Amino acid sequence: MTTEQTPLLSVRGVGKTFPGVRALHNMQLDLQRGEVLALVGENGAGKSTLMKLLSGIYVPDEGTFELNGVAFTPAGPKHAQEMGISIIHQEFNLMPDLTVAQNIYIGREPRRYGMLSERALNRKTQDLFDRMSLRLDPRERCGQLTVAKQQMVEIAKALSHDSKVIIMDEPTAALNDAEVATLHELIRGFVSPETGVIYISHRMDELKQISQRITVIRDGEYVDTVDTEETTMREVISLMVGRTISGEQRPAAEETERPDDVVLSVAGLSTPSLLKDIGFELRRGEILGFSGLMGAGRTEVARALVGADKASFERLQVNADDVRIPNPAAAAKLGIGYLSEDRKHLGLMLERDVKENIMLSSLAENSSAGFIRDASLRRTADEYARKLRIKTPSIKQLARNLSGGNQQKVVIAKWLVKDCDILIFDEPTRGIDVGAKDEIYRLLNELAAEGKAIIMISSELPEILRLSHRIAVMCEGRITGFLSNKEATQENIMELATRRVSITTGAPTL
Amino acid sequence: MSIVETPKPKESKAPTAPSSPPRGQGLTLRLRSSLQQLLAFGSLIVLVVFFGVMNSRFLLPGNLSDILLSTVVIGLLALGATFVIITGGIDLSVGTGMSLCSVMVGVVLTYLGLPLWAGVVGGILMGALIGAVNGFLISFLKIPPFIATLATMLVCQGMALVVSGTKPIYFTGTEGFSNLALGKPIAGLVIPNAVFIFFAAATVAGVVMSKTLLGRYTFSIGSNEEATALSGINVRSWKLWIYTAAGAFTGLAGVIIAARLNSAQPGQGMGYELQAIAAVVIGGTSLAGGKGSIVGTVIGALIMSVLTNGLRVISVPQEWQNVAIGVVILVAVYLDMLRRKEAAT
Repeated sequence: MTTEQTPLLSVRGVGKTFPGVRALHNMQLDLQRGEVLALVGENGAGKSTLMKLLSGIYVPDEGTFELNGVAFTPAGPKHAQEMGISIIHQEFNLMPDLTVAQNIYIGREPRRYGMLSERALNRKTQDLFDRMSLRLDPRERCGQLTVAKQQMVEIAKALSHDSKVIIMDEPTAALNDAEVATLHELIRGFVSPETGVIYISHRMDELKQISQRITVIRDGEYVDTVDTEETTMREVISLMVGRTISGEQRPAAEETERPDDVVLSVAGLSTPSLLKDIGFELRRGEILGFSGLMGAGRTEVARALVGADKASFERLQVNADDVRIPNPAAAAKLGIGYLSEDRKHLGLMLERDVKENIMLSSLAENSSAGFIRDASLRRTADEYARKLRIKTPSIKQLARNLSGGNQQKVVIAKWLVKDCDILIFDEPTRGIDVGAKDEIYRLLNELAAEGKAIIMISSELPEILRLSHRIAVMCEGRITGFLSNKEATQENIMELATRRVSITTGAPTL
Repeated sequence: MSIVETPKPKESKAPTAPSSPPRGQGLTLRLRSSLQQLLAFGSLIVLVVFFGVMNSRFLLPGNLSDILLSTVVIGLLALGATFVIITGGIDLSVGTGMSLCSVMVGVVLTYLGLPLWAGVVGGILMGALIGAVNGFLISFLKIPPFIATLATMLVCQGMALVVSGTKPIYFTGTEGFSNLALGKPIAGLVIPNAVFIFFAAATVAGVVMSKTLLGRYTFSIGSNEEATALSGINVRSWKLWIYTAAGAFTGLAGVIIAARLNSAQPGQGMGYELQAIAAVVIGGTSLAGGKGSIVGTVIGALIMSVLTNGLRVISVPQEWQNVAIGVVILVAVYLDMLRRKEAAT
């Protein structure tokens, strides 16, 4: 490529296919010595698959990895580690009940006469920290550390292994500015002519600060590598998004402006851990899309709204009345239904039949003196199964035997029976095949046309663009902007989704 | 020691630096956790004083010695259970397993007529074998601990009856076997051997827990099993060893109870496992895994026997004693949850 030197690590034509999904295809990547290489791509572009291949959790179907010009196939995380490759996942691999030192040297504990020596262990760790100029107490329990400090423990662990390559997955997703600066200092301290870092992130400002080059991947394929100095955020985003889907037609969404019937009004929604000052209004007949990268806080907004998590509000109004929603039951009573992204665990009883699933939250309305009126259950379940075109031989079918799309419809039916006017869909088409997706889309549009108000959280930009009347874009617990269906494009959504500091367009202020 | 110096100024002047976490957190947490053990110890003392005030007979040396002796068997079982529970597992087989071990002691001493030491070793090895089977089922066949040990609990009960022919085995042929438990090591002192054996075993368990790889990985697996495996630790074989070690304590309990009764009673044992688990839980070990201590378990076992004995001494009927112990377990676990919640924020 740009230098004659053998790259420290290269990925050559690597591909990986899972049943039905081509996760990675003809992937290319070169990490030069002494370099911080940024790796960017949308959600689902294949970054985590690549990391899992590099750590030996998956085996590639095609292509090779080379370390210092020598081909190698990692056999597992331990082998990768021994080869000098450390991977720091977003989900840290730390034992919260062990101390910092115990975590770093797990499997390599210093011993005297066969007994563990806590003192030698702590001294060794302190030496390591001194070399890194890291201020951490080796004896502290990892579970008590902030995310930033846990991150540093992971890096220290990598350094203690004498790693040559460190791969970091979104290392700054949960860090504040000062912590990011410390992390970057650590990274600069680590990088030497023998080492390199692959830095996966979406934050363009950070990539400018820390990386020398940026490799962009999209839909599991290599797109391009650019010099950080010479590129712009706009260029990188357009590489990430690509042109392939821009021909997607806009739906009925645009047809009419909806009446100004605000059914849900939120201001100053904050949670201790993530959300900051979230505010928006939702109108009757509207689909409000929530877009953003993973961890931006979209699901947290939904959970806070239905009272599943603790949160504080400056204002929370349903149909212009001030309300308090302490738990999901209270939300249901107010007509707010939340359809979780984790259908199988949180939305369905897989071993029970369609009828029971649909009627679960409406049993009280269909019983007399505590006895369930089975006939009325059957009638109502039948009616909704037909209305939503749930494909099942009968409502006695077990939910497990339904396809993903039909399972989703069962969950939707459950909330419709409950007569919910505000429906929050979290990733409504996750794990649903393409044909069934269209069915769900049509259903969402119909529901909106009937006057339901819908919040739709989705990680798929085309889906957001196709369905939403308005789009709220989140980044790191804030709403960074609202876009109308007319002005929204993949590019400006991505721009808002990667913007670190919040702006105030459209967000209702006090 | 230089690390400890930095936090101090921040600790004393709390109002500054609101957002950054205080550096002294680790220190105060350590203090708090040893405080917790002091509190458990404190409540033990309070119980002793309470029963002593209610009835002075409670504090007679003979009665206190009885309490210690009645702690031994449950205590030994609880030591092993502590390891298992810290990994996030559970062992229901320790009660009937103990019976099978004492039957095994009977086989070695009475049926085979081997010397005393062989009986002790045989009992302990039997326990280790039961533990190893549990460990194999759980870590290699991936059967959930509750189910696996429920099954071995029944197997052990049945085997104890089969091997003994459903009759108790008496140790009439072995001179001084009962001295193993009931002999007095120090002339003039009422405390019997079994108590010293228990405290010695607890010391060994404590050292294993804090000073060996087995102990370290016990905590590590319970804290985050997958992360432990990803760190290159062979979780499966370590789990096998942890269950085996726990089983050895069951074996020792089997030896002691046989010596105390001077007979192996194949039909007993059922129910001991729950008392052992209760002692572990009262001692502050989390059933979710990752947290716990041997000291806590010893105190937990003592609290159990102080309660049983004390309630009897102040003439609370048997049926109410069970109610009281049930309530104590609930209170202990609930307080522990509160403490944990506080520590998490």
